[in-house]
Amino acid sequence: MTNLEYIVEVRKVKKSFKDVKAVNGVDLQIRPGEFLALLGPNGAGKTTLVEMIEGIQHPDEGEILIDGKKWKSHQQELHHMIGLSLQETRFMDKLTAYETLRLFASFYKLDSSRVNEVFKLIGLGEKKKAFVNNLSGGQRQRLALGVALLNKPKILLLDEPTTGLDPNARREIWNILLDLKKEHNTSLILTSHYMEEAEYLCDRIVIMDQGNILAEGTLEEILTITGGHRSLDDLFISLTGRHLYD
Amino acid sequence: MIKITNHQLFRLTAAHFAEIIREPSVIFWGVVFPILMAWGLGIAFTQKAGIQAKIAIFKDVYHQNTSENTKAINFLTANSVKKDSTYSVLLKNDKLGDVKLNFIETSASNAYTLLKKGSVSLIIEDKKDGVNYHFDPASTEAKAAYNLATNLFLKGPLFYSSNESEIIPLTLQGTRYVDFLIPGLLAMGIMMACCWGISYTIIDRRSKKLLRRMVATPMKKSNLLFALITARFTMNLVEALLLFVFAWIYFGVKIQGNWLALIVLFIAGNIAFSGISILLSSRTSNTEVGNGIINAVVTPMMVVSGVFFSYHNFPDWTVNLIKYLPLTMIADGFRTIFNEGAGFMDVWQAALVLTLVGTVSFLIGLKIFKWY
Ligand SMILES: Nc1ncnc2c1ncn2[C@@H]1O[C@H](COP(=O)(O)OP(=O)(O)O)[C@@H](O)[C@H]1O
Ligand SMILES: [Mg+2]
Repeated sequence: MTNLEYIVEVRKVKKSFKDVKAVNGVDLQIRPGEFLALLGPNGAGKTTLVEMIEGIQHPDEGEILIDGKKWKSHQQELHHMIGLSLQETRFMDKLTAYETLRLFASFYKLDSSRVNEVFKLIGLGEKKKAFVNNLSGGQRQRLALGVALLNKPKILLLDEPTTGLDPNARREIWNILLDLKKEHNTSLILTSHYMEEAEYLCDRIVIMDQGNILAEGTLEEILTITGGHRSLDDLFISLTGRHLYD
Repeated sequence: MIKITNHQLFRLTAAHFAEIIREPSVIFWGVVFPILMAWGLGIAFTQKAGIQAKIAIFKDVYHQNTSENTKAINFLTANSVKKDSTYSVLLKNDKLGDVKLNFIETSASNAYTLLKKGSVSLIIEDKKDGVNYHFDPASTEAKAAYNLATNLFLKGPLFYSSNESEIIPLTLQGTRYVDFLIPGLLAMGIMMACCWGISYTIIDRRSKKLLRRMVATPMKKSNLLFALITARFTMNLVEALLLFVFAWIYFGVKIQGNWLALIVLFIAGNIAFSGISILLSSRTSNTEVGNGIINAVVTPMMVVSGVFFSYHNFPDWTVNLIKYLPLTMIADGFRTIFNEGAGFMDVWQAALVLTLVGTVSFLIGLKIFKWY
């Protein structure tokens, strides 16, 4: 265990694809146990930033420290410390929910007892034997969340975990995450373009557009500092002239 | 020590195997289709006693709309059984097997339609005092029909029955078309199963971001590929056994050579195509591009490697290239073991080359492999 102030530190990170500056010099710090929302429209650079923190993509410039360590030198250790769900991952269609979790559990050398715990956590117990391709969108997202939680990660990174879900399914995911917040000291980075999600779940909000951070702080801080907007959507329109989502 | 059923290699292999056997189309293409193909082609091209030859016959322009009889029709009226507009002549021979000639009387234009459709191979234009034969001289089937017909008209149906002592019918094992076909189908099965089963699966996983998700865990990358290959190999073994058992029971196909050599070559073939499959799928995440890449490799080999017909019909200079294609090496090796009684000494070189091809392709594939 370390006593670092920040569990994740992103320093002056840049990443371009050909002529697109996906992430354009971002600084970001997350405290242990903190829930952070990365809010921004499509193409803002959320996925690119999150995947760099996950060690899947690599910054062109700048550095990323997780628990004080870099991906390059501590890959194996960091894999055990984080849990993640990617935007739109599809698991193997012909495996059951249980087999899927068993498979991923084996990567962490975990056995069926942890798999059963996770099923309780994500409330998918009665779908254990269902094939992945027979699960609803919400159930699949909960399965993806379950995969992310298997190794009791210190840092959880969820890329648009509720996009495309109906309000009920969305709320089920929120409740799982709130329980997690109460009972464990997990840090969360969640990307979204739903303001309610950020308001409801997160301690701190970061607003991104075109690879840059436009504003950050608690909801009240952001709304007052930027001049008394009534809602995040109002704020976003005044910052960029566009709605947060179309 | 971690329990084997909790080990990632076990879990990965089990997952891949479950995925294979739960997909109905995999079972169809891997198990049912090869057996159907063996059955269909085996029956269609394996010569049996009682062959039929179909010949179209039409009256020339001077007689076409008359009831006046022409040369061949006259002969057939006297020497055959007529039903509707078909004259049948049965040529009997104990050694050669009986042949039934069916002459279908029709119009000139319909005769050509029948020829184009392949339902006849020879057309007879019947005249007052002679006949003309229309056929493709490049077709052995047409030439045989021509020989039978000319002899029939010249010497009568008994010409075929002379029991010539110099003819000794072969009863050797391994000389029929099915004996040629089954080893070829077994070889093709390995290629198809690996290239579609391994390559396509990897590309599909990459396109669904599942590879990316998996390598964002402490999973060992080589375990994923190794499990995929192991699951596929197990399935290939089952598919090959089922096809062989069918051919053995239904057609009496036998392994005359050393079956240990057969197993060694089978394993080497699987190594070759598993390696090639990893290489083919190492970069693209677009399943359509993947489709194209796989087809570009699989289709030419299926055509030239002599799965269905001997590649010795191709020009000599190409034969020397074709011989060294992986699929050809497997098919040729299987055939010598099945039909010529070959043993380990006859196939070890092919097995070694195939293993090397597989290993090198695998290593190159791994080197350039895109996980995300
Ligand atoms: N692999 C890639 N190749 C090319 N361009 C990319 C790639 N990934 C992302 N981009 C571009 O980078 C920008 C940011 O994308 P992304 O991080 O996915 O945004 P978000 O997740 O906020 O929607 C977009 O303009 C996107 O088109
Ligand atoms: Mg995104």
